[in-house]
Amino acid sequence: MSEEIKKLIIEYVKKEYLEEEDEQDVDENTPLISSGIVDSFSMVSLKMFLEKKFDIKIPDEKATTEAFDSVNNIMAILKEFNVS
Amino acid sequence: MGNIGSYEEKYKNFDWKISEQELEYGKDGMYNLAYYCCDRICEKGNGEKLALLWQGFKGEKKEFTYHDLSVYSNVFAKYLQNLGLKPGDRICLFMERIPELFISFLGVLKMGGIVQPLFSAFGEDALFTRLEDAGTKAIFTTRKHVRKIRRIRDKLPDLAKIIVVDAGDKPLEKNEVAFSMEDAPKPENFEVYKANPEAPSVLHYTSGTTGKPKGAQHVHASIIAQYITTKWALDVNPDDIYWCTADPGWVTGTSYGIIGPWSIGTTQVILDSGFSSARWYQFIEKHKVTVWYTAPTAIRLLMKDGTEVVRKFDLSCLRHLISVGEPLNAEAVIWSKEAFGKPFYDSYWQTETGAIVITNYPGMEVKPGSMGKAFPGIKAIVVDQKTFEPITTPGTVGLIALRPGWPSMFRTYWNNKEMYDSKFKKGWYICGDRSSIDDNGYFWFVGRDDDVINTGGHLVGPFEIESALLEHEAIAESAAVGKPDPVNMEVVKAFIALKPGFKPNADLELSIINFIRKKLSPLAMPQEIEFVKSLPKTRSGKIMRRLLRAKEWGEEIGDTSTLEDD
Repeated sequence: MSEEIKKLIIEYVKKEYLEEEDEQDVDENTPLISSGIVDSFSMVSLKMFLEKKFDIKIPDEKATTEAFDSVNNIMAILKEFNVS
Repeated sequence: MGNIGSYEEKYKNFDWKISEQELEYGKDGMYNLAYYCCDRICEKGNGEKLALLWQGFKGEKKEFTYHDLSVYSNVFAKYLQNLGLKPGDRICLFMERIPELFISFLGVLKMGGIVQPLFSAFGEDALFTRLEDAGTKAIFTTRKHVRKIRRIRDKLPDLAKIIVVDAGDKPLEKNEVAFSMEDAPKPENFEVYKANPEAPSVLHYTSGTTGKPKGAQHVHASIIAQYITTKWALDVNPDDIYWCTADPGWVTGTSYGIIGPWSIGTTQVILDSGFSSARWYQFIEKHKVTVWYTAPTAIRLLMKDGTEVVRKFDLSCLRHLISVGEPLNAEAVIWSKEAFGKPFYDSYWQTETGAIVITNYPGMEVKPGSMGKAFPGIKAIVVDQKTFEPITTPGTVGLIALRPGWPSMFRTYWNNKEMYDSKFKKGWYICGDRSSIDDNGYFWFVGRDDDVINTGGHLVGPFEIESALLEHEAIAESAAVGKPDPVNMEVVKAFIALKPGFKPNADLELSIINFIRKKLSPLAMPQEIEFVKSLPKTRSGKIMRRLLRAKEWGEEIGDTSTLEDD
């Protein structure tokens, strides 16, 4: 299940934050915020996607740039909501 | 006591000639500002001094001395000449924060071009509007961003050359050329274009309430103000290690991320990376940054992560901290003292002013929450919002007004003289911001006087967002306003009425948000959407944004006599 969730998030990041044919590859460890793939403003749309997809509400204090900096980091947040 | 010494004495006896003399501005008929940012430093015997230390997000580094800056900017200038570009041509820089972005800025100016830097996160609509208005002839970009240009180039007949600086052997398309700064021939000498001090130099686009973004056009003589404000307000010396976190797509990133520090001959460091508290502190510690110029939004993000992270690093190298972009709240100044042992000094200016006009100075008492006092040579007051007469009673709110004539003032809006003229009332340039002045001459920011949204220190125009929203298949009408945000001061909120057949839901909301992010930019992306049946309008059909904004800010709605009946 958790592999499927990771895949879902990776696909979303590729589709929404990278250009078509972008040479950048994304895996579960790829830095998202610090690499600039997702900027701190766009993090809001990623958070909204997660909340909508998994029917959760991530509190602002948990939505830090570090917590969103990779798919693995995001998985740690989701785990707190028993999504894994 | 900083470089400025006694503020009162400097303000009283100031003349811009002080700056001109220190720079030797105009020596041998040379007024081109690019010369003063590299060639002159070399002629003074400092060619081997480090000018730029660049670090990428993976930790990779590149270093450039002032001699390198001089030669590589020649490379760009010569290349543009060989392509057939001429003085006065608008040449856009559309790249992430790589060394080529900073150095090509000087190269364009050296050959007499007008440099048009644009934020690389702009989507294709935002890019198109600005390239079309400027009649841009050539654009420097990277593989990462060239696809956005490909989607609009056929609508831009003036755009003759798309120069890809990292193309390597990748295939290119129509009007695209590959160019490598490092592999190109390196001319030691280049005849720098003898620009008149009033010749156009930089074109920065900024947003207003109505209409398309406007290109604030600056001139080469702006360096007179940018040099002296870097020295006195930012307190930068040649032996400092200086870090300006702004992107050169915005005016802070050119006035104080290129022109100011390099005209002084200091070493500046650049981190091409997204935000991370630990990463930023590590960068400061590693490179021993002494002067740090950043934005309130970044400071509030650092605050959010707390002082525990700060304590993991040795930041004793920091000597002076300055902030710009939006008002710095008192809490941030107080937190900064706790975290770094020194306050952030707030500074105020805007794209149109080209340089700092109001700020707090080293050696002067900082009143947390205040923007500080007018820079020497700047006559700043507040005027009545209706009559534009000067307000003389301390503490009374009015519009910030500046007496025109300082060297870095914009000279026009590109193709829009009428809009430029409208900014001047009764002999004053009206900044569009509301403030009061206290008994001691300190300015206290209150807010904007229009519907422009200040988010993360950047101005976003509601009209541009609303126009883009209407291109979404589900949207019948919309209004974009700023709503309060604890980190970014304001973020965009959109009120949307849907076309028949569409129902509000979370999927649609996310689709609209991403639609604007890609078309315009992450800054313009609504962070909240409220679906409504209809929008409040005047009887003549104009959307009353002010009512929606007042609701978000919990303010009085004011006069609604022109409101359309339900």
